Amino acid sequence: MPTLAHYLLVSGLLFSLGLAGVLLRRNILIIFMGLELMLNAANLSLVAFSRFNLLPNGLPNYNAQVLVFFIITVAAAEVAVGLAIIVALFRAKQTTHVEDLNTLKF
Amino acid sequence: MQLALFWIFSILMLAFALGVVFLRNPVSSAMSLVMTFVALAAVFVTLDAFFIAVVQVLVYAGAVMVLFLFIIMLLDLRAEKHRKVRPSAWLGGGLVVGGFMAAISQVIAGWSALHQTKPELSDPSFNDVAGVGFTLFRDFNLPFQIIGVLLLVATVGVVLLSRKELK
Repeated sequence: MPTLAHYLLVSGLLFSLGLAGVLLRRNILIIFMGLELMLNAANLSLVAFSRFNLLPNGLPNYNAQVLVFFIITVAAAEVAVGLAIIVALFRAKQTTHVEDLNTLKF
Repeated sequence: MQLALFWIFSILMLAFALGVVFLRNPVSSAMSLVMTFVALAAVFVTLDAFFIAVVQVLVYAGAVMVLFLFIIMLLDLRAEKHRKVRPSAWLGGGLVVGGFMAAISQVIAGWSALHQTKPELSDPSFNDVAGVGFTLFRDFNLPFQIIGVLLLVATVGVVLLSRKELK
């Protein structure tokens, strides 16, 4: 049987991969996908904690799963707004490469 | 059996997540992300979170990824050319990610409470959707309505941002 440590380790690996995507890639869309990976890693550890810490009545702690539900909703809204900003950015600058976007650079 | 399924889907998930980070073509990255989400939904099923697994497939692998692919096609992105790789960026990224992973594994290894196996549910046939629904509408009613307003605001914001000329 997998233990809680297994799930947390997989969740940590998924978060690290998302972080690597954000840090290493230069395409703003791929950076966005890395953000999604990190959000999903957080969801995985929340669901694992909910299953491994049962309530006194012997059922999973559904508070954590409701929190995951909220995270998914907010992430969907964030993706919609973020992609709209990327499209507006592309219209203005004709690029999705973060190193070409240096207007605010001092 | 459960352990085998857990490893199969975890390794599948991590392999496709690697694909998201390291493939050059944005469309391949997006398709890898879809498979990552589907494998993650399977891992949720091993945790008896059926409702969350279904929502994961519907919202993430369905709606969000369709949006991503739509934008990739709209912007007509090509595979990235091999740009000059800056060693400092890779060194910094590797250090941050490696340090983070080392910290997590140290905490997991040193905390004995994490090595418990899954406790048995008192009623294995309990309706998972009912549990989430009761909690959502009874204990988290106000946050639920606030999240509805958030979605409305996001919709209006997207329409405003997509107008031809931004003021």
